[in-house]
Amino acid sequence: MPENSAGTLTAPTKPAKQRPGGTLYRGREGMWSWVLHRITGVAIFFFLLVHVLDTALVRVSPEAYNAVIGTYQTPIMGLGEVALVGAIVFHAFNGLRVILVDFWSWATRHQRFLFYVVVVLWVVTMLAFVPRHLINVFSH
Amino acid sequence: MTIATLEQPPAEAAAIESFTVTFLIRRFDPDVDTEPRWQDFDVEMYATDRVLDALHKIKWEQDGSLTFRRSCAHGICGSDAMRINGRNRLACKTLIKDLDISKPIYVEAIKGLPLEKDLVVDMEPFFASYREVQPFLIANSQPEPGKERVQSIAKREIFDDTTKCILCAACTSSCPVFWTDGQYFGPAAIVNAHRFIFDSRDDAASVRLDILNDKEGVWRCRTTFNCTDACPRGIEVTKAIAEVKQAIMRGKP
Repeated sequence: MPENSAGTLTAPTKPAKQRPGGTLYRGREGMWSWVLHRITGVAIFFFLLVHVLDTALVRVSPEAYNAVIGTYQTPIMGLGEVALVGAIVFHAFNGLRVILVDFWSWATRHQRFLFYVVVVLWVVTMLAFVPRHLINVFSH
Repeated sequence: MTIATLEQPPAEAAAIESFTVTFLIRRFDPDVDTEPRWQDFDVEMYATDRVLDALHKIKWEQDGSLTFRRSCAHGICGSDAMRINGRNRLACKTLIKDLDISKPIYVEAIKGLPLEKDLVVDMEPFFASYREVQPFLIANSQPEPGKERVQSIAKREIFDDTTKCILCAACTSSCPVFWTDGQYFGPAAIVNAHRFIFDSRDDAASVRLDILNDKEGVWRCRTTFNCTDACPRGIEVTKAIAEVKQAIMRGKP
């Protein structure tokens, strides 16, 4: 090794505020599918919470119920429904993947392949749903 | 060959190309720092060098205060698990040629265990979980006098994968569940329980299954496969955990 190759001891070029907890762990498909599963799961939970509340409004007064449901007809809510269906479809397909991974040793070994199967199924389902749904949303 | 060749140094030895590789190392000195900090080092490396060689060069030639664990340096002792470019790897098994040296190489301590200094973490919580699964043979019967305990090749094969564990903690400290919940046994402890649960010579499988059938046991596993990806011995860790889950549901191995 040459004499002059000793590296320079510079002050940390990255400020301390950058990545104080270290780098993000670079997990692969398994980890990101779990992250997505968790995010979509929590999102669906909060949707169901709101949905139970707005449906319960019919017990309070049908007019209030109609007023709330009426706001769901707006285009913004229509786009929100795309996100909702996307989350549910991913959560459903990936949930089946998780069950297979837990109970079938072939699936445990091929979980990465199964993740891409989930992605393909998700894309196919959304391609079937989104155009038709958006036509409905924007033509009323 | 003639003597003439001895007068010249062998040409090919000088021709091996070396590269200047930048390492960004997450340093923490508990006597000085309140927060870990990133420090960069430029090291002259060959493609066949390992990350551990770079750490050695830094420690021996640039900054003697750099602290890390290593013992055998050949992937057997399991001392030098660290996070290299965001993934848990053994420094002694990660070659420079397998890394993208056009960018700095990030090296930091494994996650989820208390940081002691630079790349050294407190492994005690990790070994405490390991001890808790009783990782030793518990046999109620005596082998024939003067004989070993006989086991068929097929029965040995069942737990062959999990005998390879070197307790480096790369799997446990790659687990997102373990990062947020240090009470979780972690993949390594379950792997070592698996090694005895499925051993036909062992009689305490039900004890270990009972220990792992806990709130903080195998059911915490979310099958993220980070452990399988991180294992330097190529153990299919998540598969072993799934087998323990199924054994608990069956009530026997």
